[in-house]
Amino acid sequence: MTNDSNSALVRVRGLKFSHGPRVIYDGIDLDIPRGKVTAILGPSGSGKTTLLRLIGGQWRPSAGQIHFDGTDVHAISRSQLFELRKRMGMLFQNGALLTDLSVFENVAFPLREHTALPEALIRDLVLLKLNAVGLRGARDLYPEQLSGGMSRRVALARAVVLDPQLVMYDEPFTGQDPISMGVLMRLIRSLNDALGLTSIVVSHDVQEVMSIADQVYVIAGGKVLGVGEPDTVRHSESPWVQQFLRGEPDGPVPFHYKAAPYADDLLGAGK
Amino acid sequence: MSVISSFLQSLGRAQFFLFSLLLAVPQTLLRPRLLAQQIYSVGVLSLVIVVLSGSFVGMVLALQFYHTLQLFGSPESLGVAVALAVVREFGPVVTALLFAGRAGSALAAEIGLMKATDQLSGMEMMAVDPMRRVVAPRFLAGLISMPLLAFIFSMMAIGVAGGHAIGVSLLGVDAGSYWAGIRESLEFEDIRQAMIKSLVFGLACSWIAVYQGYHAEPTSGGVARATTNTVVISSLAVLALDFVLTALML
Ligand SMILES: Nc1ncnc2c1ncn2[C@@H]1O[C@H](COP(=O)(O)OP(=O)(O)OP(=O)(O)O)[C@@H](O)[C@H]1O
Ligand SMILES: [Mg+2]
Repeated sequence: MTNDSNSALVRVRGLKFSHGPRVIYDGIDLDIPRGKVTAILGPSGSGKTTLLRLIGGQWRPSAGQIHFDGTDVHAISRSQLFELRKRMGMLFQNGALLTDLSVFENVAFPLREHTALPEALIRDLVLLKLNAVGLRGARDLYPEQLSGGMSRRVALARAVVLDPQLVMYDEPFTGQDPISMGVLMRLIRSLNDALGLTSIVVSHDVQEVMSIADQVYVIAGGKVLGVGEPDTVRHSESPWVQQFLRGEPDGPVPFHYKAAPYADDLLGAGK
Repeated sequence: MSVISSFLQSLGRAQFFLFSLLLAVPQTLLRPRLLAQQIYSVGVLSLVIVVLSGSFVGMVLALQFYHTLQLFGSPESLGVAVALAVVREFGPVVTALLFAGRAGSALAAEIGLMKATDQLSGMEMMAVDPMRRVVAPRFLAGLISMPLLAFIFSMMAIGVAGGHAIGVSLLGVDAGSYWAGIRESLEFEDIRQAMIKSLVFGLACSWIAVYQGYHAEPTSGGVARATTNTVVISSLAVLALDFVLTALML
């Protein structure tokens, strides 16, 4: 294990992955530097969630390696992988809260499963994290009583409750009003800096996420199209990246999922 | 051909699943609170339906047997007849069928829905093995609950709310000979065989339910199919296993 602070915490090399016949990644390289906030941008369906699941070892690449802190995530046993995951936190795109537990118990869940802390300490830790996401008062609610944005904030509190080395946020800002969005952005940044975490943020809110990120990856079509500091990427020459950042419908990026020509479909020619 | 091979494939998968399930069982025993919660929702919540069905089955058996025994002039054997039928067959089998419909379907739907809503993969990412945290406690709870439920069912069917109510209170069979007959003719061997049946049914029904839930397609249709499959496959399995066990043990 290398603990060299200059090396990347997560190192992806030659990653290939397909869902059945659909190629999602066709050999990409990524480095997630330690202690930094790395944003991953890309159109919907480009494989950002897939990438996080690959890093977490839930899915297996068809080729290439992913190293987390020097360990090949896909070359270790299941129990070693579980040990590794205790050092990762993940915020799922839909929250993935446990529906038969209250908000409090959801956030306490990793603590109860992985530590033998006394009840009083668990309570303090959970309330601390819930307070940070503004939901201390919602601790007794159940997931079905939360709005989408609230669920995601609870999931965020849960993702960081064990103080992991790496936190992966999948669309943390979706469904947040401007105020909670601002709070969450600052929270992600300050958690990262105060606790010395490494963060990966996947988001469609391009300007917002660029404003808190130290490094940005733009991925699409199974390739890395742009990488660098936010300013570098913002001024990238790539027409592709420019179209994406400005949100223009016309350009090198197709808005549509691969399909037969529309006219053919309407006329029933393509069946 | 492909039907057979896919059947064999899923049988193999189910066996492998059972194997990893059994590996997770020891850890479950170390967490009695999780297990107790599941015994409550699998077992205790099935009590009402088991108690009611037990009474009705006992009453019907008493009516039927009384009718037949009277033809042979020995209505005082009613107690034995009801008790043997209930302990040997109706107790374990009907309880298992009720269990499949009430608890098995709920288990499959619950686990399937947890899968469909990413709760299981969320657990995995939190380094918590869903097999240990979710599946094994439910499986074990089913295994433990089944013999107890069958016992309660049999008690109800034979006792004052079931066969006894009809035979003694309504049809006028002597209470003393009702119970004396049972005491004399019901052997420990009968109860042992009933226990074995119940345990086997408990294993089969719980295994089928958690397997169907865990391997459900993560969609609403998939969860619905898993629930239906659980009830259908469990019921058939119980009846087929009952035949095999009866043939082996008689
Ligand atoms: N379980 C699956 N089986 C088959 N294909 C899948 C599966 N999950 C995702 N895909 C496909 O993989 C591609 C990438 O999915 P992914 O969820 O990683 O996208 P994403 O970049 O996170 O998109 P979004 O920004 O909308 O969340 C999509 O085109 C999707 O159709
Ligand atoms: Mg996604």
